[in-house]
Amino acid sequence: MTASLLSFYIFSTVILLSSLMVITSKNPVHSVLFLILTFFNGAGLFIILHAEFLAMILIIVYVGAVAVLFLFVVMMLDFKISLDKNNILQYLPIGFFVGVVFISELIIVLINTKFDLSNIQILVNPMIKFENLTNTEAIGSILYTDYILYFQLSGVILLVAMIGSIVLTLRTREGVKRQSIQSQLDRKYKSTITMVDPKSNEGVDI
Amino acid sequence: MGIFTIILPEIFLFLSSTLLLMVGLFYRRINIINLLTFLLIIFTAVLVIYQPSSFGFNNSFVNDEFSKTIKVLILIGSASTLLMFSSSRRKLNIDIYEFPILISFASLGMMVMVSSNDLLAMFIGLELQSLSLYVLASLNRNSLQSSESGIKYFILGALSSGLLLFGVSYIYGFTGNTNFSLISATYDKDSLGLLIGIVFVCSGLAFKVSAVPFHMWTPDVYQGAPTPVTGFFALAPKVAAVALFLRFLYSSFGETAADWQQIIIFLSIASMIFAAFAAIAQSNIKRLMAYSSIGHIGYILIGMACFNFEGVQSLIIYLIIYLVMNVSVFSFILMMKRKDEYCENIDDLSGLYRHNPFYAILIALSMFSLAGIPPLAGFFGKFYIFMSAIKNDLYLLAVVGIVASVVSAFYYLRIVKIIYFDEPSEKFDEFNSSSLNLIFFISSGIVILFFVYPSPILNIGNYAAKTFF
Repeated sequence: MTASLLSFYIFSTVILLSSLMVITSKNPVHSVLFLILTFFNGAGLFIILHAEFLAMILIIVYVGAVAVLFLFVVMMLDFKISLDKNNILQYLPIGFFVGVVFISELIIVLINTKFDLSNIQILVNPMIKFENLTNTEAIGSILYTDYILYFQLSGVILLVAMIGSIVLTLRTREGVKRQSIQSQLDRKYKSTITMVDPKSNEGVDI
Repeated sequence: MGIFTIILPEIFLFLSSTLLLMVGLFYRRINIINLLTFLLIIFTAVLVIYQPSSFGFNNSFVNDEFSKTIKVLILIGSASTLLMFSSSRRKLNIDIYEFPILISFASLGMMVMVSSNDLLAMFIGLELQSLSLYVLASLNRNSLQSSESGIKYFILGALSSGLLLFGVSYIYGFTGNTNFSLISATYDKDSLGLLIGIVFVCSGLAFKVSAVPFHMWTPDVYQGAPTPVTGFFALAPKVAAVALFLRFLYSSFGETAADWQQIIIFLSIASMIFAAFAAIAQSNIKRLMAYSSIGHIGYILIGMACFNFEGVQSLIIYLIIYLVMNVSVFSFILMMKRKDEYCENIDDLSGLYRHNPFYAILIALSMFSLAGIPPLAGFFGKFYIFMSAIKNDLYLLAVVGIVASVVSAFYYLRIVKIIYFDEPSEKFDEFNSSSLNLIFFISSGIVILFFVYPSPILNIGNYAAKTFF
């Protein structure tokens, strides 16, 4: 048993178990943590397939952003879903149906390829000129040249998304007292303190 | 430098609106920001006009006569939206300086859509445009209706983008290319998978042009969104999506025309009939205009179904006239104020003739034009469309179109009847907004006087249609 085969079995076993835990654990926070574990093992599977770029993206985007966002939402909303047996039975038929569809698709693919998976090599190296590069280098070398227009336009889309979310959520309230550092620093001794010499029984005009 | 001249107007629009975004943060004079955005949109239109025909980025971005014409139309639509915004922003509670910036980003997305010659560029342009529109629709945060329309538009828009992407993946899978020209060079005519792809992409695009049966979002979004945004929806994105639809079908699937023509014919007939009957019961004028725009898309799709020179030419002419008529109607809707409150009901128009006979006759003529009554501009738009349908033996489309336009004349003429013959209700406020008056008079002038000197618009149609045939 080679090292890659061994690690494949380890990663896929942990993926199956942890994704099972995602949907069965009673505490939503635990679910999210198991989801993160699933993502990490998925990244491991990608590395076995020599797709290290996807592995990095999976960790950076899904674990770094999406899962943390989930965790935030779960903790902020503080909801408790009771997992009783009826609930599971209710979703069982549709889940079973989707599972059957996936399995039959897999079987059809395997029958069509006659269990000859040598074509997979084409999927790993679709373009001959990138044969000797890692796929991060391959993506980088076309992303910033041939696909520069799409790359930049995607940046514009993200900018619009940012503007949009600020426009829709930022509210300036009237009558809120805020600390203005500028005006605090601008205060001078002369403008704030006046020396008076009060006479007795007359008081001071302010 | 060479490659940048291909997207020079887009680069200019992007950089200057980003600059304005930063200026607006410190210099909060919304009128000035709006005016500057207006000027830069006009300048972008000038850049587009003087751009040589070219293509680049692995042939994924093209500037030809067709895209130039459509881009100028889009920019005119955006510019008139900015004029509508300047007069109504305070009252409608959309007094934010990002409004003109978002409009110019949406225009940028539409310009990319119109020029795209590649499935990827098409999708990115579409998303850039839609994302700006989602935000614009829900801009009035204090209004429940506005938020509702934004959410509705967002969810259904995301669904349609999903359908579109699914179709794109089929087309890519069965041809191995994303470029329109390469797809047309390499596809297998009998491939069923490719047909599935075309159907899904057509559904996604039909959603964007709001053709029946993908129109469900239109009335709610039109009614809920702030009126200048509704005007924008009716003007620019429709034109851009029609242009994208046309280029997608014509450049990549020209040879299997018979396959997709059936889809377009179905969409067209369904839109015309549905809009004609559904609009009858409406009482809100923005909602009515939503149904009216669904109907107009039906007529525009007739031109697309023809798949020849006359079809494209009549489609361009119809788009121009549609744009002008909508500018006229929406600028008038924004003038309908009573005691400084906006009125949106059709009944509010009753007896307008007694108080403002001059405006009454202009808006009545606009309604006649929307119904397609000679000698107004709307009649000629429909006339050219039906002529090209008959020349191509699409008799069914022409007959259904004429029947639908007779039915739809009912609700346009009902407005004229309310204006002229109903008991007058309270007087409207003075129509004193100069920017609204300007675009109202220019657009109604074009609508009324089109028949005197039609050749410029006909020549534009001729010029743009040359691209494909």
